[in-house]
Amino acid sequence: MNKLVSSVKEAVRLSGLKDGMTISFHHHLRNGDFVLNMVLEAAAELGIKDLTVNASSLFEIHAPLVEHIRNGVVTGLETDYMSGTVGRAISEGVLAKPMVFRSHGGRPADIESGQSPIDVAFIAAPTSDNMGNCSGKYGPSACGSLGYAFADAMYAKKVVVITDNLVDYPLHDFSIPEIYVDYVVQVDRIGDPAGIVSGTTRITRDPVGLVMADYAAKVIDASGLLKDGFSFQTGAGGASLAAAKYLKDIMLRKNIKGSYGMGGITGYMVDMLNAGCFQSLLDVQCFDLGAVQSIRENPAHMEVSASHYASPIAKSAAVDSLDVVILGATQIDTDFNVNVHTDSNGYIMGGSGGHSDTAAGAKMAMIIAPLSRARLSIVVDHVLTVSTPGSTVDVLVTQKGIAVNPARGDLREQLVAAGLPVVDIHELKARAEKLTGIPRPLELGDRVVADVRYRDGSIIDHIYQVRS
Amino acid sequence: MRRSMLFLPGNNPNMLQNGDILGADAIILDLEDAVSPDEKDAARILVRNAIRTLDYQGCEIIIRINAVDDTGFWKEDLDEVIPLKPDLIMPTKVSGAEYVRQVSRYMEEVERRNGMEPGTVKLIPLIETTLGVENAFEIARSDPRVVAMFLGAEDLTADMRCVRTKEGSEIAYARSRMVSAARAAEIDVYDTPFTDVNDDEGLVADARLAKSLGFSGKASISPRHVSGINQVFSPTEKEIAYAREVLAIIEEAKAQGKGAVSLHGKMIDKPIVTRAQQVLAMAAAIGGGVQA
Repeated sequence: MNKLVSSVKEAVRLSGLKDGMTISFHHHLRNGDFVLNMVLEAAAELGIKDLTVNASSLFEIHAPLVEHIRNGVVTGLETDYMSGTVGRAISEGVLAKPMVFRSHGGRPADIESGQSPIDVAFIAAPTSDNMGNCSGKYGPSACGSLGYAFADAMYAKKVVVITDNLVDYPLHDFSIPEIYVDYVVQVDRIGDPAGIVSGTTRITRDPVGLVMADYAAKVIDASGLLKDGFSFQTGAGGASLAAAKYLKDIMLRKNIKGSYGMGGITGYMVDMLNAGCFQSLLDVQCFDLGAVQSIRENPAHMEVSASHYASPIAKSAAVDSLDVVILGATQIDTDFNVNVHTDSNGYIMGGSGGHSDTAAGAKMAMIIAPLSRARLSIVVDHVLTVSTPGSTVDVLVTQKGIAVNPARGDLREQLVAAGLPVVDIHELKARAEKLTGIPRPLELGDRVVADVRYRDGSIIDHIYQVRS
Repeated sequence: MRRSMLFLPGNNPNMLQNGDILGADAIILDLEDAVSPDEKDAARILVRNAIRTLDYQGCEIIIRINAVDDTGFWKEDLDEVIPLKPDLIMPTKVSGAEYVRQVSRYMEEVERRNGMEPGTVKLIPLIETTLGVENAFEIARSDPRVVAMFLGAEDLTADMRCVRTKEGSEIAYARSRMVSAARAAEIDVYDTPFTDVNDDEGLVADARLAKSLGFSGKASISPRHVSGINQVFSPTEKEIAYAREVLAIIEEAKAQGKGAVSLHGKMIDKPIVTRAQQVLAMAAAIGGGVQA
C-alpha cells in the first residue's frame, strides 16, 4: 500500500474532491500556515468550484481566500475565529451566503454529530511518516499540539496529511494515527516558523495592564476557588499572562498545588507547571516555543483534542472541570454579554474560539479589559455581537474597578470582604463615558454576513454587513 | 502621607486618565521637561481638563510648572491650573528664597483673581542646581506655602559637571544637605527618581538608601517603580509592633507617675515616642504595615 502522492494537486484529485464539497483545515500553524492557500490554489487549478471551507481559525496569511471567494472556488465559510483581511472582506459582503461561526468546542461536536460533515480534511503535519502517523511536536515547522485536527481526521470522508518533515515508518509519539489517513504529501514547507509560534510570549509592561492583572489575581485569590486541586485557563494576551504570573506568586507563597492548567499554552503556563503550581497541562494549542518544547519533553504536559477540551456533547470535557478562566472582550454590556467577534466599526476581527466554551464550563469566568479602548467605553448597553452570553460570565476586571454579575452575589461579597474595588457595572460604564463621551450608534446594513452559533448549536446572534 | 510621587507627562492622555490607579500617593502632572515648547498650550489644556474631569481619588495632585524665565510659560501654567486647586505646585530650578517668593506672589494674584483664599495651594520647590542646594535651608523657610522640597539629581549633576551614577555617591552631599535643611525647617523632603526603569532591584536599593538618609519619600518617572517605593517607605509590621509597645509603656509609666522608662533595656525618650507616633499615623493612613 502506498499513501504517498507526489503533489498537493494530485492529493486533491485522488481525494475525489468535487464541486459543492466541504474541505477542512486546522489552525495550529496560525499566521505561518501555507497549507490552506496551497490546497485552494490546487483546487482552483483543477477547476473545482463551490467549495465550503471549514477552518478552525483564519489569519491574515489566509488573505488569498478572498480571491477564491470572488472567483467562485469558495462559496461557503465556517470557522471559530477570523482576523485580518478575510474578516474585513466577509464584513463587506464578499460571500453571498452567511458564513458560520462556531466555538472551539462546538466545531468538533458538529463534525462528530454529522451536523457539519467534512468531505476532505487537509491536515498540515510538522512531522509524518509515509502512512500518515503524524505529530506537531517535531520538525522544522513544529507547532506542538494538533488538538484541533483530531475531529477532522476521525470524521472526514477523506484525509490528506501534508508535511515538510517525512520520517521513517513508524513515527514514534504520533498524535494522529495512520488509521484515519488516506494520502500523505511531502512539500518543501508547510509554514513559516516565525508565524507559527512566537519565540517567547512576554507579559505586558504596560502599567495599566499590570494593575488589571494584579486585580485579576486578587479576585481569584478572594473567590475561594484557589486551593489544592485548582484548575485554570488564561489567554496569551499581555494582561492575561501577567495575571498568571501574579497568580503563580500567590500559589507559591501559599503552597497551593493545582490540578491542571489548560488552553492555548504559553511558556508562562509551562513555568507554572514546572514550579509545581499544576500537576499537568491540558494543551489543545501551543502559543510559543517554550510550550512546544515542554509538550515534546514533559509527559505531564498533555495534548488534548478540541473535543476533549471543550465539546458540549462529549460525556465530559475538560472545560467542565475548570475552576477559573480569564478571557478578553472587545465589548461587554451591562448584562455581561461579551463580544469578541466584531470591532467598534462592525468589522469581524475575532471569534469565540474557546471563549464561550470555557465561560460556560468554568466555575468563575472572568473578563479582563481596560475600561476604555481607542476612546470608546468597553462597557456598553448592548454589545454589537453576542459571542458569550452574560449568564455564563461572572466578573469583569478593569483598571478602574471590578464589576460582578448580579447573579453572583456570593462572589461579590467575597471580593468586597477582600477589600477589592467592586463597582456596579452601570457605574463603570458611566465612569468610562464621562471620559469618552457616548458614541453615535453604529449603522449597519440589513444583510446577514455571518451566523454566530453558540456551542449548543443554537444561533446566538447574527453579524450584519458593514456600510461602506 | 506621601511616600511616592509619580511623574506623568502632561501631554499624554492615556497616562493622565489612569493616573489614579497606579498606586502613587501623589501624581506630578508635568508641564515642564516632558512637554516640548510648541506643545505647552495643549498640555496645559489637557491637564486642566484631566483634573476637572477625572476623580483622582485618594491621590494628591502636584503640577510641575515651567522655570521662572522670560518665556513666561510659568505664569501661563499658573493661570491655567491654580483655579483647579491642585494640592501643590512644583516650581523648577529653584535657586533661592526670592525665586520661591516670586512664584508665591503670582500664585496669590491668581488665587485672588479666582476668588480663592490666598495660600490655598502649597509649594514643593524642585532643587536641581548647585545654587539651590547651597540655599536649601532659606528655600525651605522662604514662604509659608512651602511644605516640602524635592531633589532633582539629573540637572544637578549636569550643573556639578559630574556623571550621574546608579550608586549616587556624587549626590551624597546634596541629599544630606537637603534632608538637614528640610528637617530644620520642619518640612518634608523627597528624593530624586531612580531612572533605570528596568532595574527593580536597583530601585529598591536606592529607595532604601534615601529612607536611611531621612527622606520622606521618593519620586518616580515610571509607574513600575511606585510599589517598590511605597514598600520601602511604609512602616514594617515589626516597626508598628514596636511603636505600639513604646506608646503602651509610656502610658503605663504616666499612670504610675514614673519619669524615665525603658523598653527591652533601652531608654525611651521623647524622640523615640515622636517616631513611634509617626509610624502609627502612617500605618493608619496606609491601612497596616508591610512585610519586612
